[in-house]
Amino acid sequence: MRVKDFRNKAELLDYLDDKAMELRKQVIDLSMVSTGGHLGGAFSMMDIVVALYYHTLKVDPHNPTWAGRDRFVLSKGHGAIAYVPILADLGFFPKEWLSTFNKLDSPFGMHPDMHKIPGVEMSTGSLGHGLSIAVGMALSARLDKQDSRIFVLMGDGELNEGMVWEAAQAGSHFKLGNIVAIVDRNRFSLDGPTEEIMSIEPIRDRWEAFGWKVYDIDGHDMEALVDTFNGLPPASGNTPILVIARTTKGKGVDFMENNPIYHYTLLDKKSALDAFASIERSRPARRVTI
Amino acid sequence: MSDTQDLLTEGFVFTMDTYDMISAAEVYGQVISEMAQKNEDIVVLTSDLMRSNKTGTFKKYFPERFFNFGIAETNMVAAAAGMAVSGKLPYISSMAVFLSLRCAETIRTDLAYTNLKVRMIATHSGLSMGNGGTTHHATEDIAILRSMANMTVVVPADTIETGKVVRASEDLEGPLYIRIGRSIEPLAYENDAYDYTIGKHIIMRDYGKDAAVIACGVCVKAAVDAADALKKEGIGIRVINMHTIKPLDTEAILEAAQSTGALITVEEHSIIGGLGGAVAETLCDAGMGIKFRRLGIPDIYAVIGYPEDLYPLYGIDSAGIRTSVLNLLGK
Repeated sequence: MRVKDFRNKAELLDYLDDKAMELRKQVIDLSMVSTGGHLGGAFSMMDIVVALYYHTLKVDPHNPTWAGRDRFVLSKGHGAIAYVPILADLGFFPKEWLSTFNKLDSPFGMHPDMHKIPGVEMSTGSLGHGLSIAVGMALSARLDKQDSRIFVLMGDGELNEGMVWEAAQAGSHFKLGNIVAIVDRNRFSLDGPTEEIMSIEPIRDRWEAFGWKVYDIDGHDMEALVDTFNGLPPASGNTPILVIARTTKGKGVDFMENNPIYHYTLLDKKSALDAFASIERSRPARRVTI
Repeated sequence: MSDTQDLLTEGFVFTMDTYDMISAAEVYGQVISEMAQKNEDIVVLTSDLMRSNKTGTFKKYFPERFFNFGIAETNMVAAAAGMAVSGKLPYISSMAVFLSLRCAETIRTDLAYTNLKVRMIATHSGLSMGNGGTTHHATEDIAILRSMANMTVVVPADTIETGKVVRASEDLEGPLYIRIGRSIEPLAYENDAYDYTIGKHIIMRDYGKDAAVIACGVCVKAAVDAADALKKEGIGIRVINMHTIKPLDTEAILEAAQSTGALITVEEHSIIGGLGGAVAETLCDAGMGIKFRRLGIPDIYAVIGYPEDLYPLYGIDSAGIRTSVLNLLGK
């Protein structure tokens, strides 16, 4: 969504990198409130969701059910701890709500609930459902002659689920060019490296064989994300889109990166402070000198 | 203007003077086509079972609102959720065994938890495809579906009632599971001149206070026949069509228990967790110790056979119900 006017692309990209840094720190805060969180996957997906929500998606926090909006489905629902602070920051609901995370009868738990969190389009958490749900949303958008897009963020381990491939065949069969599926390719599922647990490569070949147009990008390069989303073919096209976003699990916190023990974790105070420092250090170099 | 558009412009209404000559699925296919003329949100989804689920009529008139998902039922269920959340009113159909068992988690998470207005038409339920063997028997579905919060579970007694349920489904909130059979089955009603409300029981016979039989689906007609036979033997029973298993009309059950002191449930489903289980829970919760028996499929996988041979085998035909009533009454 258009959050403000930027003088040029460099300023936009700096803004998005700042947002991602700020939000990663919020995730650490939230994980302390919630006594734990899916931090590894939250940090790998953060740049993708920031690019979507602060730049690409047509959504309106003041009119969250506007018919012509783009849809976002967090198929990797365990990424809620990275997702809900963004919705709060954009004004879908008051930030103060987040202080209840994981507590009795809170709107927020590990996985997002559409009836409790304004801005959440679909309750998720059970892996493998999101792309099928997106197929239904995309068919509806076409029936309603809306030019909106349906964005879905999947985990890479999630591609093990058979239902993803049922949806993949339906996406091309129904010619749903209004779906943009993104795989957070952080190379780890809960138990370890995806290629050791249950391999998903060659991802690109598999999706192309299913009739999808595939983009393969660095999921932490804000310019690559913005350029890819800006350059998508029209939503009225016949070919569904799959973006492989190559990411690092735990991105931004040096001691978490590529370490599967941080799939779900509670940090002690010292580690949390170390994490803050690491997040600030790892912010990409500025494009515009302040 | 095409022939189809002519028809749509004029409006078409399916007259159901052939209820005893078609299956419940055919009634569904015709009624949904009629409803779709007025309600543009209605979409129909199937999983390579258009011919079995009898949705070809809808496809003919509304091809743009008809979606065949192929042999991929879970994807169809979740896509229906995506359509419902986008303002559509999806009617989805598959065989009961695949919807209730293969798609159980998808139904529970994407339709029930989300409380979305999706209608499932579960065909070939119970032992209606008895010769298909256990892979095609659906004798667990009521138990599974009724344990899901937000879910409404309806088992129409015959084709007449199927038409009424499908019509009533348009205004019901939340997810709905409609359980129907496969073939042309005997009618429980002589005509469609009766009021039908989802969640409200219907008294089919009320011959006396010796016992009450609470039935659903094809077993309603069997119970009616049993009541007629018992009446000739001087035993007066009540027959309740409990077409809605959830939300259950508990008042009718407790009233029947109080006035007769002897209840029998009968269903084309496992005796575990279905109508019988729901009635037993109701009686126990109310502290009512009465004569009680659940008729249905025992805790086994049913043998192969045609429905008309399987129903007597498991005692859920009229003769079996009559015998069970006599046994329960010690006669």
